[in-house]
Amino acid sequence: MDNLFWIFISSLLINNFVLTYFLGLCPFLGVSSSLETSFRLGMATTFVLIITALCAWILNTYLLIYAPYLRLVSFIVVIASTVQFIEMVIKKLSPVLFRALGIFLPLITTNCAILGLAIFATNRSYGLVEGLIYALGAGLGFTIAMVLLAGLREESELSDVPALIQGTAMNLIIAGILSMAFMGFAGLFSAV
Amino acid sequence: MAKDQNQNYEEFVKGLWRDNPVFVQVLGMCPMLAVTNSAINALTMGLATFFVLVGSSFLVSSLKQFIPKQVRISSFIIIIATFVTVIDYTLLALMPKVHKELGAFIPLIVANCMILGRQEAFASRNTVKLAVMDAMGMASGFMIALFTLGAIREILGDGALFGVKLFGDNFEPWIIMILPPGGFLTLGLILLCFNWFTVRKQQFLEKVAAAERSGA
Repeated sequence: MDNLFWIFISSLLINNFVLTYFLGLCPFLGVSSSLETSFRLGMATTFVLIITALCAWILNTYLLIYAPYLRLVSFIVVIASTVQFIEMVIKKLSPVLFRALGIFLPLITTNCAILGLAIFATNRSYGLVEGLIYALGAGLGFTIAMVLLAGLREESELSDVPALIQGTAMNLIIAGILSMAFMGFAGLFSAV
Repeated sequence: MAKDQNQNYEEFVKGLWRDNPVFVQVLGMCPMLAVTNSAINALTMGLATFFVLVGSSFLVSSLKQFIPKQVRISSFIIIIATFVTVIDYTLLALMPKVHKELGAFIPLIVANCMILGRQEAFASRNTVKLAVMDAMGMASGFMIALFTLGAIREILGDGALFGVKLFGDNFEPWIIMILPPGGFLTLGLILLCFNWFTVRKQQFLEKVAAAERSGA
């Protein structure tokens, strides 16, 4: 139980996917212009990450012990098609939920955080429950980072920023400062 | 024939500076920031990406008649993933130490949006020769960017380049530069300089145009 808790906290804060591992930077820099969208995208990503952890566990347990060199190809194919399938199911069963996540789902499949999660979970030989907790922590961590950046960007719209630094350059520097702040969480481990 | 040669050259050169995948198009950020904490890691990553991009551009452009339009993205991804698996196992055999340091980021080349972007935007619509030239140019541009970032971060954060100490014992390493925040900050500052150059160049061209108008 203790172990699961640490996996969760570690993927949520200490080893935050965006700010420490640099995974999922494209949506982080591209879609984070409004708070509302960032939050929804974060939630949709969390959902896809949990599905990914499940798929990765099934593949690792039943298929890839026989053919480890197919790992990359099968991860990509299976995850992408599962997400597409779920998208269709949600569209059929709950149009409201579909409208909330819908547009983001296909975008998320190509997010490197998804594949990164599957590979990290495999490298650390996580079991099913550990993998799911890891995915939940990573997804919520992604959401926190997205929402923080979006909030700062909304504020900076109102202030007088030199034209030269506007856009990606400023976002990267904000992200750097956020990342520095998140490094403070590394102290959590030594407190145990 | 001369025109043909010219076009090849043009496709190669545009990736180096004008359409540089990192500085101008801001693609492929994840591997860009994650592995550039030392020059050697950055260079290895650059070479691996070069191999994958050139290989898959070659295969995609030669198979373009056989790939149905509806499943083209999935086919590209499978081709890319195959090349990445090849380079992953090659590095594991030849350079186990670097492979260990790069860790999960070698398989993550698959998710580099620059590679898929080149297949969709260029390789699937052009001849094999042009596609390979374009891929080589883009991959070299990516490698230059990776190496620049890796070298800056290693020099500032470790006082060394390729593991060789550059300064005396009095040098106090700027540790933050080789940690994750350093990646964001360095790339942000490089992009800032790049913007500055672009603006300066535009102003210069406008001045020249204005001078020509008044002269004529």
